[in-house]
Amino acid sequence: MKYSPWSQDAARVLLATLRDEKGPVLMALQLMQKEFGYVNPECVPLIANYFNKSRADVHGVLTFYHDLRTTPPGEHQISLCVAEACQAVGARDLEKKVKAKFPDETADSYCFGNCALGPAVMVDGKLIGRATLAKIEEARR
Amino acid sequence: MRVFVPGDSAAVSIGANDVAAAITRIDPSLTIVRNGSRGALWLEVLVEVETANGRIAYGPVMPADVQSLFDADFLNGGAHPLARGKTDEIPWLASQERITFARVGIIDPLSLEEYGQHGGLVGLRNALKSTSEIIINEVTESGLRGRGGAGFPAGIKWKTVAQTTSDQKYICCNADEGDSGTFADRMLIEGDPFTLIEGMTIAGIAVGATEGIVYLRSEYPYAISILQKAIELARVFGWLGTSVLGSTHAFDIQIRIGAGSYVCGEETAMLESIEGKRGVVRAKPPLPAIEGLFGQPTVINNVLTLSTVPMVLAQGADAYKARGVGRSLGTQVFQLGGNIARGGIVEKAFGITLNELLETYGGGTLSGNPFRAVQIGGPLGAYFSTEQLETSMDYESLIAAGGMLGHGGLVVFDDIVDLAVQAKFAMEFCAIESCGKCTPCRIGSTRGAETIDLIIQGVKVEENKKLLLDLCEVMTDGSLCAMGGLTPMPVKSAMVNFPSDFLGAAR
Repeated sequence: MKYSPWSQDAARVLLATLRDEKGPVLMALQLMQKEFGYVNPECVPLIANYFNKSRADVHGVLTFYHDLRTTPPGEHQISLCVAEACQAVGARDLEKKVKAKFPDETADSYCFGNCALGPAVMVDGKLIGRATLAKIEEARR
Repeated sequence: MRVFVPGDSAAVSIGANDVAAAITRIDPSLTIVRNGSRGALWLEVLVEVETANGRIAYGPVMPADVQSLFDADFLNGGAHPLARGKTDEIPWLASQERITFARVGIIDPLSLEEYGQHGGLVGLRNALKSTSEIIINEVTESGLRGRGGAGFPAGIKWKTVAQTTSDQKYICCNADEGDSGTFADRMLIEGDPFTLIEGMTIAGIAVGATEGIVYLRSEYPYAISILQKAIELARVFGWLGTSVLGSTHAFDIQIRIGAGSYVCGEETAMLESIEGKRGVVRAKPPLPAIEGLFGQPTVINNVLTLSTVPMVLAQGADAYKARGVGRSLGTQVFQLGGNIARGGIVEKAFGITLNELLETYGGGTLSGNPFRAVQIGGPLGAYFSTEQLETSMDYESLIAAGGMLGHGGLVVFDDIVDLAVQAKFAMEFCAIESCGKCTPCRIGSTRGAETIDLIIQGVKVEENKKLLLDLCEVMTDGSLCAMGGLTPMPVKSAMVNFPSDFLGAAR
């Protein structure tokens, strides 16, 4: 996936689009990640100042949510569902194989709502049902 | 000529986009409609052709099958190994009672014209001719209860909000469908988003709210994009905005996207998250109906609850409550997932047995191995064994059997499953997803996982089982919300219904 390089000026322009939102902090962090691929730590004071919150408030939100990351992502992102419905059809075995092959790209996830066609895996934002290592490799290309 | 290839993300996950592209490649003159899924996920990719005799189904179709479909003249309903006859006559679908899911898979999700042709907007138009009191009374009379899991009567919640005075009230739709084994909210939004919008609009008119918010999880990117488009179409149509369908009522909807937190499906944590904060659970009281989003009176309902309201207003409370058993009235959208041969959406009146769902509809396990356990109601729901297959699927019977309906998801396991491992996972999941506010949940879950690990290893098994049950009691009674309060349910049901998995080294 393509992201813009981190820039405080670009971030400020984006934050301005949320000026009229009620309760904007989480939205602001999500917007940063969507644009830059991650939440640069410089965003914390930036968002805090912009919306008149404390840095602790923003840090608290940033560290609460599993989706938010503070380091740039790799070229590919593989999210494996390891919740019950996918466990029932071999997600744990798949997890071992995928993590052995792509240790730096793979993260656990809990449910993509594809529970009748598991194991479910999301590769670079694309959902794969009845996932196998081969299908994941194919989607990574 | 129209050919239907579902755009539902489950169908896409196994190749629906490639199937659609292959069809267009061979005959570019065809109109491909990306409908929602009919819910028979075991038949996906289910391709349908519109003929003079109705819609004819072929499935499951893979991209490689497309040429052979053309060779068999599928556009005129030609014979083919994947032919399923008329879609409406497929027994798995024909025997269902589709009310909430009446239009899903049938219409183009973003066509307001088709929505109207299939009964859409009748409920809202009735509501606009009515009064707040009559709408709320109709919803109360229908017996409709919260489909998110708590089962609270929807009409009573609405009445509380209607009677609370405030300049600003909110309708919050909980679309944070985080339970493993549940996907009905997603499929409804992807397949018939206008129904949800209509239900929210009716709720807004009933309680005097002008703002609606859908809290939709980030794991559902396609649902987000479909709902956003539907909201924009409804605005252009003069439905959402300052004058709902030309009336004096104003109502609009905005989507807030979740950020991967399970506990944000708990209603007060969801409110915190919409307010942009950490998803930490609030103590109740005050009830959200009185002090909810931004401190204002707020209706919080699940997607399925709100999406059932238009039908109640269109056909009347009596038509809805004619189905069901006891205090579980109407239909439930059951979701069959996990290790199951024929998974998908089964909407039936309450009172169907577990066995009918798993055998008649589910067709046994996917692996072909013997069925051993089914978890009902998500990760906080109980594990049922083969001895409980006659259980009636309704709110009260499931509670009496030591479980709960939850959001109506059933996750099937074959005989490879180890229920001690599943119990341990329940505790681990709670440890990962706990908001951290209360001690029994935050710390109890970690200690619980450790204790189950000792039982699995055969260390002081009897002592540790006693300790685990004691911990479960503390979590059940001492947690602030259902996350810590219900995590003991899968654990204890596993111990009670599958004692042979908790014998330690003696297993």
